[in-house]
Amino acid sequence: MPLPTDTDVSTPKYLRDKYAIVGIGETTYTRGSDKTTRALGTWALRNAAADAGIKTSDIDGMLSYSNNDSTSATFMAGDIGARLNFYMDCVGGGSSTEALIGIAIGVMEAGMCNCVALFRAMNGFSQVRIGGTGARSATPVSGDMLHSRAYGWQSAGQMFSPTFMRHMYEYGTTPEQVAMVKVVHSEHASNNPKAYYKKRYTVDDVLSSRIICKPLHLLDCCVETDNATAIIITRTDRARDMRHTPALIRGIAGRCSKPRMDMHYQAGPITRVGGYYAKDILWPNAGVGPEDIDATGAYDAFTFTSMLQLEDYGFCKKGEGGEYVSSGITRLGGRRPNNTSGGHLCEGYTHGMNMVIENVRQLRHDADDSCPLGPDGKRQHTYDYREGGCRQVKDIEVTANLGWANPMTGSAMVMRRG
Amino acid sequence: MALQGNYLGMSLSIDDLDKENITYFKHCAEHDFHLQKCDDCGLLRYPPTTGCPWCASPRATWTAVEGKGEVHSYEEVHHAIQPAFKSHTPYMVLLVDLDSQKGQPSEHEALRVVGNLTTADGALAPPDMVRQVGIGTRVRMVFSDVGDGLSLPQWTIDTGAKQHPKPWRYPQE
Repeated sequence: MPLPTDTDVSTPKYLRDKYAIVGIGETTYTRGSDKTTRALGTWALRNAAADAGIKTSDIDGMLSYSNNDSTSATFMAGDIGARLNFYMDCVGGGSSTEALIGIAIGVMEAGMCNCVALFRAMNGFSQVRIGGTGARSATPVSGDMLHSRAYGWQSAGQMFSPTFMRHMYEYGTTPEQVAMVKVVHSEHASNNPKAYYKKRYTVDDVLSSRIICKPLHLLDCCVETDNATAIIITRTDRARDMRHTPALIRGIAGRCSKPRMDMHYQAGPITRVGGYYAKDILWPNAGVGPEDIDATGAYDAFTFTSMLQLEDYGFCKKGEGGEYVSSGITRLGGRRPNNTSGGHLCEGYTHGMNMVIENVRQLRHDADDSCPLGPDGKRQHTYDYREGGCRQVKDIEVTANLGWANPMTGSAMVMRRG
Repeated sequence: MALQGNYLGMSLSIDDLDKENITYFKHCAEHDFHLQKCDDCGLLRYPPTTGCPWCASPRATWTAVEGKGEVHSYEEVHHAIQPAFKSHTPYMVLLVDLDSQKGQPSEHEALRVVGNLTTADGALAPPDMVRQVGIGTRVRMVFSDVGDGLSLPQWTIDTGAKQHPKPWRYPQE
């Protein structure tokens, strides 16, 4: 696909494709890792270095994010034998991956280091539950939290639901349409041997699962898992010597927000999400538009979050997200598959990094499905997407990741096959 | 002085440095809803802040605001996360557009005040009341008293108001 080069951009054009993701690493996606987040993090980082074909000691920059539920670069670097020229541990969850990749590019461009590893390590099921259950739910309520937690308004699903409900009211979005996000992602997960949930679900399964927080059924909510993920980024000219086809970073928007992002829905319309603003940075920076994208990774903390972002980044008209996600477009074999790994709804949860990892694999044309390995050690993809089969998107060249923190804040990244 | 309270077994507190929240909740304790009104641009804001979100002025005056409005969106929690709410499901979280300043400073903005659906005396609403409320329901503010100088604003059905014949509710009951 030809990529325009003469678009007016806010990012200097010389940064397009100048940096690449060269290594990706994961632990298993499990519940009950029986390991510390420190052990999980080093496991993922070692896998990412091996995947890139570099020594862990070649890593000289490190970034991580957590919500006081993980370990820090301080421990990771020593445990993988790396001496760092730069590191930073940030607070945050969803939307951090793309934003931190942007920071990684910035610090390398500033000459501060050469090869940055990003990691997210969490026991999101067995230690600190993302949904806020367990010890987190019983902590005293103080200060500004009196305007939210005192009303039993605390977990992500509870905090986001006013946006979801209002979307149904304003646009006639139906529960059946939204349930298709889970259905489609479960089909993808059934072709992903490492996914935590590999079972295929139907619309009826979703709608007959118990209500958690109306409009969310249990199966509208993502899975909580224990795992770590890691990504290694370096300059594209160095990437050429590494093991895999690099995923070139075309453009990024990081933690781009609506006005008044304090979760009190004062700035409207409340059905509008951060992507409404991020799209105006993402597409000009990348020099491509929604029509140029072969696969998306729209963050699916909930079925609704994928839909809302696809809408506000312009993959369909505002209000037509329900139709878009139930049309078949987002399926493997469709025009623009979304979350081909099964995403957070099925594969596992690491606050967005696993969706970037999936798109890197897709751009390498090396999705780790059950297709047979050829003599070169690469999978011979069949493009037969039936259960247990292939999940490689055919001839994929350009992807978009749409990261979600909450309705107010999002990040995004366009990558292309190097 | 710091404020402390206890609500459904939850410990609530506001540090004495947090002057904005202390003033807000003290007015609530008198069952007299007040918001900060910017001394420069004249706009009200919710929740309490240290500066005006529209003009950045730090100067504001606490001003009485009528606690009436319409449900802009809602959710119905069936699986409570916090132990305090476990025995009160399903409970409703309402996002209410106040009549005051609705559509200002731009079309899609409003003072959207959160609260649970409660009875007229500020107790969490029973299931049959929950089923009556949806987007468009007219509500009025009531208060749950939770400590000395500390009350939470809440919402109850405004029985004196003209109601939509059928407020919008999620299609699956």
